[in-house]
Amino acid sequence: MRISMEVNGRGVEVDVEDRTSLADCLRDRLGLTGVHLGCEHGVCGACTVLLDGSSVRSCLLFAVQAAGHRVTTVEGLADGAGQGGLHPVQTAFMACHGLQCGFCTPGLVLTTCELLAEDPAPTAEEVRARLSGNLCRCTGYVKIFEAVDRAAELMRARSGTAAAPAGAAEDTR
Amino acid sequence: MKAPRFEYRAATSVAHATELLAEYDGDAKVLAGGQSLVPLLNFRLSNPAALVDINGLGELGGHRLGADELHVGAVCRHREIERDPQIAARCPAIADAVAQIGHVAIRNRGTVVGSIAHADPAAEWPGLAMLLDAQFTARAVQGERTIAAGAFFDGFLSTVLDPTEVITAVTFPLPPVASGSAWIEFARRHGDFALVGVGAVIECADESITSARIVVTGVSDTPVRVAAAERVLHGAQPGEALFAEAGRVVATQVDPISDIHGDATYRRRLAQVLTRRALAVAADRAA
Ligand SMILES: Cc1cc2nc3c(=O)[nH]c(=O)nc-3n(C[C@H](O)[C@H](O)[C@H](O)COP(=O)(O)OP(=O)(O)OC[C@H]3O[C@@H](n4cnc5c(N)ncnc54)[C@H](O)[C@@H]3O)c2cc1C
Ligand code: FES
Ligand code: FES
Repeated sequence: MRISMEVNGRGVEVDVEDRTSLADCLRDRLGLTGVHLGCEHGVCGACTVLLDGSSVRSCLLFAVQAAGHRVTTVEGLADGAGQGGLHPVQTAFMACHGLQCGFCTPGLVLTTCELLAEDPAPTAEEVRARLSGNLCRCTGYVKIFEAVDRAAELMRARSGTAAAPAGAAEDTR
Repeated sequence: MKAPRFEYRAATSVAHATELLAEYDGDAKVLAGGQSLVPLLNFRLSNPAALVDINGLGELGGHRLGADELHVGAVCRHREIERDPQIAARCPAIADAVAQIGHVAIRNRGTVVGSIAHADPAAEWPGLAMLLDAQFTARAVQGERTIAAGAFFDGFLSTVLDPTEVITAVTFPLPPVASGSAWIEFARRHGDFALVGVGAVIECADESITSARIVVTGVSDTPVRVAAAERVLHGAQPGEALFAEAGRVVATQVDPISDIHGDATYRRRLAQVLTRRALAVAADRAA
């Protein structure tokens, strides 16, 4: 089936089999290998992408279902605002050493983007609950939580005010 | 793993969905949030000829909170219910439960009705449906029928729904405003399916309990209502000792199995303790 969707701000058209997952389409057809596949059954969170601004498991969505929708992968985040042109969440993960092997990182970064768009100043408990759906086998999470706090600071500083629009999908790119 | 081959059919209306299901004569599955179905496909535990995608059906979206019922369309996601503060205020057991389903990314896609149709005995929505006596509306080409939660679940991941039927909506009657409700569960890790969950609703008048309901999940192949424990509560004065007694009765009534996640003794003990706690929270919330 031929589908068109918006990926990282650009319209794309691809031919996919009905059974092709969005993750495989993004990785194999569009070269977006920042979408990592760990478990392929929704548990690990490595394949997390944003669909119309909301986090989803791209291993549990068929590419045909994304037709007409807006997909954001980690490759689409860098907005030039942070260090080296990166998104503030990426800058924070780098600065705080919020990663080791990096396998879980794209999923964690995108999950953090969604969280901070909904709540610019989440509590420590909220951050833990939110990131519990993204398995990291390396870090023990301490540095990741520090990175999320730093990211929240950077994003608040960037927006100038304390409040970001609630559920603002647009704000995460 | 990857899903086996299937034909993807996007329904353009509820009538169209029923026609597609009839066309494949039981060999097609409804695709809602895909958060249970796609793992089954990826594990090759399910191998339907076609998937009938209902996600594009705007008529099945959304939820409506009325004075005494909550109406939920078939493509309403867990997260939409979670984020409605009026539901939390009106029936806290629903809010307690929905926040414990998987993770946000799962709740962004997974649907209330999909969870009910999937009928996992440890899942939250089937338990809530039993607790609140929900009614499901099922449609096939032949027509529509209403099925009560109490008659819907008939075994592990099994319901009375015909494979050519699609559930269009579920209605949860809400307990009186003055009642209290709670959902408490225990899972080994945040976001996992609960080992055991307990939902409770209590109504009181003049210091005594006029009505009580208790549902336990994870202890049988369907969620179970424990009438014997409810009877202990009727007419009695609410208090820790009474709730502990109801918990003991629940422990005698349930017959859980042992598996790698926990043995039967442990699950029974959980059912006992969680019942006591859920009743205490529900009573506390009752006006
Ligand atoms: C990592 C992970 C953790 C999870 N944790 C939990 C948890 O803690 N608690 C919990 O309850 N669930 C959990 N789930 C499952 C989740 O809640 C699913 O959303 C839910 O079980 C199924 O809903 P769905 O919309 O995704 O349905 P789908 O996966 O699309 O469908 C499930 C089944 O229901 C049928 N179906 C769906 N909609 C209809 C309909 N309208 N009419 C007829 N048949 C229909 C499908 O054909 C299929 O057989 C988890 C899932 C994952 C991946
Ligand atoms: S690969 Fe999708 S959640 Fe693990
Ligand atoms: S950094 Fe290796 S899995 Fe998280």
